[in-house]
Amino acid sequence: MNPRLYPLAATIAIFVLAWVICVMQFPLMLSTRVIGNLLTDNAYLGIVAVGMTIVILSGGIDLSVGSVIAFSGVFIAVMLRDTGLHPLSVFALLLVVTTGFGAGMGGLIHALAMPPFIVTLAGMFLARGAAYMLTIDSVPIDHAFYDLLDDAYYLMPGKGRLTLIGVVMLLTVAIGMIVAHRTRFGASVLALGGGEAAARLMGVKVGHTTVAIYAFSGLMAGLSGIVFSIYTSSGYPLATVGTELTAIAAVVIGGTLLTGGAGFVFGTLIGVLTMGLVQTYIVFDGTLSSWWTKIIIGLLLLSFILLQKGLLRLTTARLQP
Amino acid sequence: MLLTTRSLTKTFPGAKALDSVDFGLAAGEVHALLGENGAGKSTLIKCLTGAYTRDSGDIALDGAPISPRSTSEAQELGIGTVYQEINLLPNLTVAQNLTFGREPTRFGMVDGHAQRRRAETMLEGYGIDIDVSRDLAAYSVAVRQIVAIARAVALSGKVLILDEPTASLDAREVATLFNVLRGLRDRGLGIVFVSHFLDQVFELTDRVTVLRNGRKVVTENTADLDRVRLIEHMLGHALEDEVSTRARTGGATARPDLLRFEGYGRPGRIEPFDLSVGKGEVLGLAGLLGSGRTESAELMFGVTPAQTGAATDAGGMLDLSSPRAAIAAGFGFAPEERKEDGIVADLSVRENIVLALQARRGWARPIPRAEQLRLAQMYIDRLDIRTSGPEQPVGDLSGGNQQKVVLARWLAMTPRFLILDEPTRGIDVGAHAEILRLIRHLAADGMSILVISSELDELIAVADRVIVVRDRRHVAELAGADITSDTIVRAIAAPDAKPTEAAQ
Repeated sequence: MNPRLYPLAATIAIFVLAWVICVMQFPLMLSTRVIGNLLTDNAYLGIVAVGMTIVILSGGIDLSVGSVIAFSGVFIAVMLRDTGLHPLSVFALLLVVTTGFGAGMGGLIHALAMPPFIVTLAGMFLARGAAYMLTIDSVPIDHAFYDLLDDAYYLMPGKGRLTLIGVVMLLTVAIGMIVAHRTRFGASVLALGGGEAAARLMGVKVGHTTVAIYAFSGLMAGLSGIVFSIYTSSGYPLATVGTELTAIAAVVIGGTLLTGGAGFVFGTLIGVLTMGLVQTYIVFDGTLSSWWTKIIIGLLLLSFILLQKGLLRLTTARLQP
Repeated sequence: MLLTTRSLTKTFPGAKALDSVDFGLAAGEVHALLGENGAGKSTLIKCLTGAYTRDSGDIALDGAPISPRSTSEAQELGIGTVYQEINLLPNLTVAQNLTFGREPTRFGMVDGHAQRRRAETMLEGYGIDIDVSRDLAAYSVAVRQIVAIARAVALSGKVLILDEPTASLDAREVATLFNVLRGLRDRGLGIVFVSHFLDQVFELTDRVTVLRNGRKVVTENTADLDRVRLIEHMLGHALEDEVSTRARTGGATARPDLLRFEGYGRPGRIEPFDLSVGKGEVLGLAGLLGSGRTESAELMFGVTPAQTGAATDAGGMLDLSSPRAAIAAGFGFAPEERKEDGIVADLSVRENIVLALQARRGWARPIPRAEQLRLAQMYIDRLDIRTSGPEQPVGDLSGGNQQKVVLARWLAMTPRFLILDEPTRGIDVGAHAEILRLIRHLAADGMSILVISSELDELIAVADRVIVVRDRRHVAELAGADITSDTIVRAIAAPDAKPTEAAQ
C-alpha cells in the first residue's frame, strides 16, 4: 500500500473497531436508525469540517467558522422574521456574505503576510459580534418551507431516517473529495501545504489560491449554518461556541497532517463519525457522564498526532543513506 | 548564441551585486558559472530567471530581448531552473510534481491515468525507473533532482540552469546526473552549471565563466584552463600594489604563543589540525568555498564542538565545547552571514553593541543605561561607525557599518582571540580598507585575530601567517614573505589526493 494512505487506513480501522466494540455491547447500535441519527446529528459539523480540511491541507487554520455558523443561524432567523424574503433567497444571500467574509480573511492573510491563526481569530470575534448585533436572544424560525426541509427524509429499511441535511453533508464530502484530490485547485492547496516557496516556484498563484481556500471555508461555514438552523429551527448568537476546534479535531483524527500538505477529505468524514459514535455510545450507556466524550476525543487526537509523528519518522528514516 | 546578457547591472542597498556583466550561452553546451560567495552568481541567475528585475542592461534569448518578471514567465520563455534545495513538493506524487500546472483534465477533473502516463513519458530517456504514483518524498535526492530536471526541460526546453545540483549527491548519483546532462546537451539545450566542485567543472563543462565581486572576470573554454589559472581567476590576483605595501615586520618575529590547538578536528567537518596562535598575531585562513574554512572557525568557537584533540593556553586546557564556553575563554566570532547570524536588525546600534556583554553578565545584572551609552559612543567614535546616533536601528546602516557594529560588540567583550569570517563581504571599497586597518590596529594592541577570506589581496594585506585549507584539511602554512597570491593559489590548487574518478 502507498504509505500516504497509512493515516487514512488507521482512521478507518479505528472507526470500524470502535463500532464493533459498540455493537458487541449494544447490538442495537447496528441499525439504520443509529446510522441515520449519526449523519443527521453531525451534518453541520461534517460540512464545516470539509472546509477546515481544505484549509488545513494548505497549511492554514480557520478559527472563525464556529462564529460564522452562529451568525448564519441568527442572520437567517432575523431575515425570515423581519423581511418577507423566501428562505432560498436568504440562503443565497447568506452564502454570498460568508464566502465574501472568508475571501476577505484570505486576502488579508496573503496581502499582509499574517499568520492565518491571528486573522481568523479576529474573524471569529467579528462574526460572533455581528451575530450579537442582530439579536441577543434565541430567535425561533417559523416558516412553512422550514417545516418542509425539516421533515424531508428517506425511510431506510429498518426505519432509519436518512434526512435531507444528512444527505447534504454526504454530498458536501463528495464535492470536497473532488475539489481536494481531483482538481488543479486541490493540487495547488496541497502544494501550499508542502511549502510556499516551492509552491511558488512550481507556478502556484499563491494569492489567488489563499483567497479561494478561505472563501471555500467561509462557504462551507455558511452552508453548515443553514443546516444547523434547519436542525435546531432557530438562530442563537451563543450557539456553536468552540465548533471550530471540534472541526479541527475531526480533521486531525481523520488523518490529515495538522501542518498541511497531506490528508484526505474522506478521512475527515470518518473523523466526524468517530466522534459522533463516541457520543452515541455514551447516550446508549446512560450512566456515563458526557464529559467522557471529551476525554475520549482528546485521547484519540493524541494518538493520531503520535501516529503521524511516528510515520513521519519512519519515512524520513528510510531516506537516510 | 542562445542566451546573452549585455552590461547586466543589479544594485542592492549598499552593494553592487552585478556590474555590467556580459554573458553568453550557446545551444548545446554546458557552461560553468563560477565564483566565491557574493561574487554575483546567484544574482545573475535570478536576473535570468525573473526572480530579480535588473537595473540596466539587456537579456536576449534567441536574439530577441526578454525581461521575465517571474520564474514562471521565464519558464514559458524557455528558461528552466533547478535549485539545490527547494524545487519540488515532496508531499505530492512524482506524477503530480511533473505535471503540476498542466495536469491533463477530463470534465474539469484531473485525469489520474493520463497524468501518470504523461509523467512516465516525461521521464523516458533519463534512465530512472520509478513508480510515478508514489510520493516524491519516497525517493532519494538524486532521483528528485532528475525529476526536477525532467520537469524544467519539459516546461522550458531551451535553457536549463542548475544551481549547485550535485551538492548533496554521492559519486554514483553524480555520474547518473552527468549522463543525463550530457544527453540534454546533445539534444541542443544550453545548460548553465553552477558548482564549487572544480573537478566536476573540468569533467562536465565546455566553457567556464568566472565572476568576482559582481564583475565578469573571464569566459574561456574549459579545455584551455588548468586548475591554477581557474583558481587565480576566482580569488583574484590583482596584486598587491597598495594593499601589501605594509612593511612586514620580519614576519617571523617570535611572538609568545597565546593558544595552541593540537589534533583539533571533527570527523565529517574538518580533519585534525595543529595550530598555534601568537599574541597580537593576525592569522589568515585561505581556501575555496566549502573547503573547510568556516568549519575550522566553528570548531574553534564551539559552534560544532571538536571531537578530537585539545586546545590549550598558558594556563592549561581550554573548554571550547560551546560558544558560551568559548566566550568565557575569551574568544569572539563574527560569522559570515552577518544579516542572519550577526546583527539584530531591529535593535539599535547601542543595543547591538552591548548584546554579548550583557549576555555574559547575565540578565539579572543589567548594564546601566549611562554605561551602555558610553560604550556605544566610544565604539561609534573609535570604529567611525556612520550612524545618526546610538539609537538608530542597525538594519538602516550600510553593510560596512553593520559589520563595524558586529565588531564593536565583540570588542566590548575585550576578547583575546577574535575570529572574523569574511569581515568585508558585501562592503564597499572604502569601508573595506578601513576594516583591514582596524584589524591591524587591534592586533597591534595585542589581540590575536583569525581572518577568513576568499579575497587573497585581503589576506596578503592583513595576515602575518596564512593557513591554506583544501578538502577539509589544513594543507599549508605560509608566513612572512612567502605570502603571495601565487603561493596561496598554488597551495589551494596542488594536485588532489582525493580520487576524482567520481563520475567516470
